Amino acid sequence: MLLRGDTSAVKNAGEFVNIQLDGFYLRRPISVCDVEGDVLTLIYKVVGKGTAAMSAMPEGTQLRLLTGLGNGYDLTPAGDEPLLVGGGVGVPPMYLLAKRLLAQGRTVHVVLGFNTADEVFYEDEFRALGCDVTVATVDGSRGVKGFVTDALPSHYTYFYTCGPMPMFRALYKATVTSGQFSFEERMGCGFGACMGCSCKTITGYKRICKDGPVLRKEEILWAD
Amino acid sequence: MGRLSVNLCGIELDNPIIPASGTFGYGYEFAEIYDINLLGTFSFKGTTRDPRFGNPTPRIAECTAGMINAVGLQNPGVDKVISEELPKLKKCFHKPVMANVSGFSVEDYAYTCALLDKEPQVGWLEVNVSCPNVHGGGMSFGTDPQAAAEVVAAVKAVTKKPVLVKLSPNVTDIAAIAKACEAAGADGISLINTLLGMRIDLKTRKPVIANTMGGFSGPAIFPVALRMVYQVANAVNIPIVGGGGVSTPENVLEMMLAGATAVEVGAQNLIDPMACKKLVEELPAAMDTYKIENLKDLIGGVSNG
Repeated sequence: MLLRGDTSAVKNAGEFVNIQLDGFYLRRPISVCDVEGDVLTLIYKVVGKGTAAMSAMPEGTQLRLLTGLGNGYDLTPAGDEPLLVGGGVGVPPMYLLAKRLLAQGRTVHVVLGFNTADEVFYEDEFRALGCDVTVATVDGSRGVKGFVTDALPSHYTYFYTCGPMPMFRALYKATVTSGQFSFEERMGCGFGACMGCSCKTITGYKRICKDGPVLRKEEILWAD
Repeated sequence: MGRLSVNLCGIELDNPIIPASGTFGYGYEFAEIYDINLLGTFSFKGTTRDPRFGNPTPRIAECTAGMINAVGLQNPGVDKVISEELPKLKKCFHKPVMANVSGFSVEDYAYTCALLDKEPQVGWLEVNVSCPNVHGGGMSFGTDPQAAAEVVAAVKAVTKKPVLVKLSPNVTDIAAIAKACEAAGADGISLINTLLGMRIDLKTRKPVIANTMGGFSGPAIFPVALRMVYQVANAVNIPIVGGGGVSTPENVLEMMLAGATAVEVGAQNLIDPMACKKLVEELPAAMDTYKIENLKDLIGGVSNG
């Protein structure tokens, strides 16, 4: 979905927007895939009635959204060769992150994980940016057979990731450097007011929408 | 005093709009977006004696024209509220603020209120005996007239500030509880808290909310809230802060006609951070439409006949 409007509040890769939809009470939080001038690119998967309604909207529909939400990724610790790992619907925010890191002159390794070849998207877009891209599919129908952890490069200086929790747990164990994880949670407001998406971390209670969604590897407290 | 001003338990409000506790934090998140001094006041996040993380997630479920929350009184505890949150609040809000207090025993309520009583910026204590999301406290005090009265008496003994009691709608006879609170010395009644609700995820066949049930709020509950404000207004002689599903200036006028002196706005803040600012700004036009000169003349003015 491409949206045109005031994008000035969008600062960091890894931020999200919260979209108001007619007929739905709560807004839909969607991660920012790209921002260029006044154009915002959002990629979402139809998983429920809200996203289904979004996919049925005709071109030219006006939407009300809150932008510039969440902390986003911190680029400073990336090093020379950061690794970006996106799993499924966690792939989109990696795109703006890759652009930003490349613009700083870093070599960017990207590992994209999907269940099957049919689900693969944005592989070519990442290559076009100039990233070193590896795709992994669980059924082996495309790229490396297995999980993203089976496709990690031999060398990287830091990592950034967004994707499902099982992937996070595996990556947490498999990665040899520090890194940042972008979490997902059911949200109320999306801007820090309701405490609906709080989680416990080593550094205290955090709101995924405001203090997150990006948490550092060192502060994550797994719930098991 | 403007045409929007009302007097709540001896303290003048520029207008009756009060963001409800738990939907407005300690104000400063919203102060980044607009000048929150345009509000009548706001009720800050429910405070307990000890710090609380609250319930596991998911804590939020969407509903038709509303939402369920089961946050469970997440707050840093009264000591940190006083040492860390109130100083930040003071920087962005310069009016008397409403302190919302919850507890798990009568002593808890009195302890927390005694500490907040010493804070000069606290104008009112809003004693929450109606949180549906905690066990062994909260709502259990608000569903029994005698228990609610005991909390009120204990709090009144430790403060000279006006004490409002926030009541639960999850009762058979809300007027009886309001009367018991009035008899125990309450200076005002605030209602309603959320309605106990539930959703089930058809794919997993599990409740959407980790805590199984939660508090239902949003425009869907407005008629229930209005009815209860009306019932309580007919039962007591102390001011009422009416709330529950308020999302338009017309809702505010209805609440006041039913008997509310001031109006709390909850869930609407969460879907539109500008909601209360818009309400304050849109009230005069709505008043003009219905030929209302001064809001305070509207209180309890519903005509029965």
